[in-house]
Amino acid sequence: MGESSTVLSLRGATKRFGGLVAVNELDFDVTEHEVLGLIGPNGSGKSTTLNLISGSLRVSEGEILLRDQLISDLPAQKIARKGVARTFQLVRMLPSMSVMENVMAGAVFGHRRRWGREAERQVMKMLELVGLERRAAARPSELTYIDTKRVELARVLVGDPKVLLLDEWLAGLNPTELEEGIALIKRLREEGRTIVLVEHVMDAIRSLCDRCVVMSSGRKIAEGPTAQVLSDPEVIRAYLGEDDA
Amino acid sequence: MKSQEYKSFGTALVLLVIAILLPWFVGDFAVTLAVNMAMFTVLATSWALFSGPTHYISLATAAFFGLGTYTTGLGLDHLPYWFLIPLAGVLGALIAGVIGLATLRLSGVYFVIFTLGLAEMTRQIITFVQNATGQKGILISIWFEEATFYWMLVALAALIFLVGWLIGRSRLGFALRIIGDDEEVARHSGINTALSKVLLFMIPGAVAAMTGAIMAPRYGYIEPLIAFTPMLSFQVVIMALLGGTGRLWGPLVGVIPFSILWEFLSASFPNQTTLLLGLSFLVIVYLLPQGFVGLLLKIKARFGGGRGY
Repeated sequence: MGESSTVLSLRGATKRFGGLVAVNELDFDVTEHEVLGLIGPNGSGKSTTLNLISGSLRVSEGEILLRDQLISDLPAQKIARKGVARTFQLVRMLPSMSVMENVMAGAVFGHRRRWGREAERQVMKMLELVGLERRAAARPSELTYIDTKRVELARVLVGDPKVLLLDEWLAGLNPTELEEGIALIKRLREEGRTIVLVEHVMDAIRSLCDRCVVMSSGRKIAEGPTAQVLSDPEVIRAYLGEDDA
Repeated sequence: MKSQEYKSFGTALVLLVIAILLPWFVGDFAVTLAVNMAMFTVLATSWALFSGPTHYISLATAAFFGLGTYTTGLGLDHLPYWFLIPLAGVLGALIAGVIGLATLRLSGVYFVIFTLGLAEMTRQIITFVQNATGQKGILISIWFEEATFYWMLVALAALIFLVGWLIGRSRLGFALRIIGDDEEVARHSGINTALSKVLLFMIPGAVAAMTGAIMAPRYGYIEPLIAFTPMLSFQVVIMALLGGTGRLWGPLVGVIPFSILWEFLSASFPNQTTLLLGLSFLVIVYLLPQGFVGLLLKIKARFGGGRGY
């Protein structure tokens, strides 16, 4: 993997909340077209890491680079425009707007900005991709849980981001929905999207992630190809041992 | 969608023509009432342009209105009246921009208190300066017919509706709606939320200042309590909420009945106006949280079978 294919790098990224070190000197690279799993027990700093990358939080130390450009000192909206798109752990819909408009938000203001007909076309394309083309006029309150997640996914996809950050996108789905959800992300992977996935669902991690970074108490304790990482004794102790999986 | 737009545009044009012709067909009292209606249409509509989508309740109308009346009051000796109106608009927009930069990063509650405090503070400062210099109020030397004030305000109202319509179709308008729904999503979608809010806050600032500049000669004599009356800020909020801020024409629907009701109440119970204002505020918030617009859309959705948008 040459330097040129690295999309996102964290170099010594650290986040302190008072005395608590939520993320401690974290280093990892995300390569183009890969799906990287960011895993670890609850409270290990995964979501904080996503918040640092997307600019919801500022790093206390260290830096984050997008294609060799420093982004860790930029406000969230600039990071989004540069091509980092994220979903939220608890789905965030725009409640007063239709499904179409929810996705339009990403098309109009995201990484690749479109307007008018062109934006509408792109929105419909994304709604087809996530299987919601017939619900374009629906309101978020009329949707099932997984459908709101689909809308959110379409909203982040529509701006053609360089990196997609999915924060427990599969959490809270029933088994059927989970299967659909995994299939959907698999499609994104086949399309060559670059994705960082914070996830707890083991089946999803195994079937979706090319590589994994494992965090525990804010530190990286393992990194490598998924199968190898998941059989690492330290990972099993820290992650699987504490979680009841 | 397109034909719908032509229809709305046509309706607006007809209403504008009726509004312009009105003074020739009604009596003096009605024209005086119409001046108030036009003034509140201007203030409430521009207020709703910002506060409708963002849900930031601004009580700064009186501050900008007062700024406008004083622009006319102090400027008439040096500049023509017609020049002072746009000048007040520019000043209002600039000051709104500065205030916006300072406060719109704060959450809504702080913003409400700040805007209320701003109007009061400006009033106190001017009172203080006047007391210190021994000056009382400012006498305005020019005078117009009621109908002239009315036509100026109708022209300003038409301008605001046009601006509001353009914003509604623009990226800025869409950004504001997203911000109003979820500011976090807005930011992570790539919207500069602070800048969008500041830009839009400048509009009611400019408009209220221009309205104040237009209205100053009507008062003849301006002093802080007239120019910066806090009642004005609250009336604007009530009328806008009564009409509903979800549509551009919403506040107008609130302004017309409220102005008539207010005329009646303030004539019949001159000492209880503030109390009645408070009561009407409570009634509106409880019974019509979405205003007449919300009510109409609900009725339409129920009987028309269609959606309310």
